[in-house]
Amino acid sequence: MEGFQEYFGETHHMVRETVRRFVEREIRPFVDEWEEQGEFPRNLYAKAGVAGILGIGYPEAYGGSDGDIFVKIAAAEELMRCGSGGVAAGLGSLDIGIPPIIALGDDDQKSRFIPPVLRGEKISALGITEPDAGSDVANIRTRAVRKNDHYVVNGSKMFITSGVRANQLTCAVRTGGEGYGGISLLVIESDTPGYSVSKTLKKMGWWASDTAQIFFEDCRVPATNLLGNEGQGFYGIMENFQNERLQLSVMANMTARMALEESLKYARERKAFNRPLSGFQVTRHKLADMATLVEASQEFTYRVAARIGTGKTQIKEISMAKNFACMVSDRVTYDAVQIHGGFGYMREYLVERLYRDNRILSIGGGTQEIMKEIISKIIL
Amino acid sequence: MNIIVCLKQVPDTETQIKIGSDRQSIVTDDIKWVMNPYDEYGVEEALRLKEKHGGEVTVVGLGPKRVTESIRTALAMGADKGILISDGALDGSDSLAHAKAIAAAIKDLQYDLIFTGQRGVDDDLGIVGATLAEALNIPQLSLIVKVEVAEDGKSVKVQRPIEGETLVITSTLPALITAQKGLNEPRYASLPGIMKAKKKPLAEKSLADLGLNSADFGAGARKMKILELTPPPAREAGKIVPGETPQEKAAQLAKLLHDEAKVL
Ligand SMILES: Cc1cc2nc3c(=O)[nH]c(=O)nc-3n(C[C@H](O)[C@H](O)[C@H](O)COP(=O)(O)OP(=O)(O)OC[C@H]3O[C@@H](n4cnc5c(N)ncnc54)[C@H](O)[C@@H]3O)c2cc1C
Repeated sequence: MEGFQEYFGETHHMVRETVRRFVEREIRPFVDEWEEQGEFPRNLYAKAGVAGILGIGYPEAYGGSDGDIFVKIAAAEELMRCGSGGVAAGLGSLDIGIPPIIALGDDDQKSRFIPPVLRGEKISALGITEPDAGSDVANIRTRAVRKNDHYVVNGSKMFITSGVRANQLTCAVRTGGEGYGGISLLVIESDTPGYSVSKTLKKMGWWASDTAQIFFEDCRVPATNLLGNEGQGFYGIMENFQNERLQLSVMANMTARMALEESLKYARERKAFNRPLSGFQVTRHKLADMATLVEASQEFTYRVAARIGTGKTQIKEISMAKNFACMVSDRVTYDAVQIHGGFGYMREYLVERLYRDNRILSIGGGTQEIMKEIISKIIL
Repeated sequence: MNIIVCLKQVPDTETQIKIGSDRQSIVTDDIKWVMNPYDEYGVEEALRLKEKHGGEVTVVGLGPKRVTESIRTALAMGADKGILISDGALDGSDSLAHAKAIAAAIKDLQYDLIFTGQRGVDDDLGIVGATLAEALNIPQLSLIVKVEVAEDGKSVKVQRPIEGETLVITSTLPALITAQKGLNEPRYASLPGIMKAKKKPLAEKSLADLGLNSADFGAGARKMKILELTPPPAREAGKIVPGETPQEKAAQLAKLLHDEAKVL
């Protein structure tokens, strides 16, 4: 220790190094191609599984490797360095699909649904959003009706990350009456009759991630796939949001950091009016502002993460951290493209993708407005 | 089959190296330290041999405390034990002194093979392997890209590339091998491996622990002296070869290569 509390130590550095190498070897050389193709190879999950990257932060008993919250953050940051938010989101969809199973599932469910996903053999996704209910989670309509030892599910889920290829969907369904009390979580396997998937949806960013709509038509799901009790779903979803929002904050911070780094490089190299861009005070000051914002946002996120890591509830703080990080990444990716001029608008330049990939971050996992609703309810 | 792997911690090859104000050392403030890439080949080869023949892999590092991170990385890859030789008196020592200290740490251990990298990517000297073999009085097989240990574990057959040919050498064990690029593709330290590495034994030894005299180490005892470090010459701007036709351009290029670059 250097006289002040550091978030990252030896273990974190080693994890960072492993993930960095994984990204260098297995992702970076191909990432542009995958982005254009709109998909990354499925065996990347298995490769990440073998390296232990998928299992970070999950219990050893289910094939994970325990580690504190900063191990997870270190790994997530390095994964973002592949330069494709889509690859990071696709590979990381288990991090929203699995936690509800950890929180609410019984031993049998954990043994069935977790180890194959951490090994990268199966893909896990989370299905909350519907065509007619996004922010208003309590209003979802997908119905699950109990018939003996099965639930018969009808409805549809929208914008599901890894939805095209997912083998199992941790899915919010309505088992009871109106409102949040009627919501439950079911794990629905994709080979269940009545389960079907749209084509990959075409998006502004996250091109390499297979986002899909999923349909259920009299889809018979074993009652043993119900997580926790009927009516516990909303609680499970809200619990999960804290962790998803942290991941999105980290993604936003890394997006901004990479945009800053690219801009610093570019400003030193590119010449205009006989001097490098960094020779213009406007550019220098812009870069100084960008660096300041990135630094402040990252530190704030780390601070909130540290508290979450000790088990404290940080509903308000994580909502603030996500909004702040997204505000920063909005501004920084915008400025980064500006500094790059016309080249910043070209796909060959990383900032072009960062700018597009960034846009989802203040929408997914709870929109900016919903974060503000949460914060204002707590502070007022 | 017991194997020892020596490893050095070096600045990451992507680090921007800055020369210090003394003109004899580099600024170490913002450096990211990593395991010397050639040593990593050694770790990987040792692990593969262990997987095939059984036994134990011990990693030996030398340097300040931060070197434990590289040793732990080797442990996370699958090595069994680590030794860190760390002593303030080692500051400023040259490679010959380093080899002497490493030899002292190894000499009482049981080993069949020792791996070092063929050189450190920092100083590019390639001295430790040879000096260590000499100090331990065992054969040295340098710049090796293939290693096969005999079934009985008593000898080793190795390959060294030379000028497009391959030299095949056999040697009795114990022997020391310096690893060259191409030997293997090192594995990652897996995440579970990293967590397990925390519990593996890592002993720290001072010069006194090794029965060595501090006076033989440090800047004062250097046999190799650094006079001055200078940065490599800055890359010059490229040149566009003039000419209307490909023939003309080729002729111009040949002339430039002959007269200016003096490579023809
Ligand atoms: C690429 C991508 C991946 C996604 N991945 C997943 C996934 O894996 N799983 C999943 O379940 N979902 C996923 N989503 C869905 C995402 O979570 C929702 O899009 C998001 O929650 C917003 O819901 P909505 O799109 O229905 O917008 P709406 O809820 O219709 O909101 C529209 C606008 O109205 C605003 N608004 C709504 N309510 C209020 C209010 N009370 N006060 C003020 N403003 C309000 C919103 O902030 C927004 O600006 C993904 C979305 C995208 C684009």
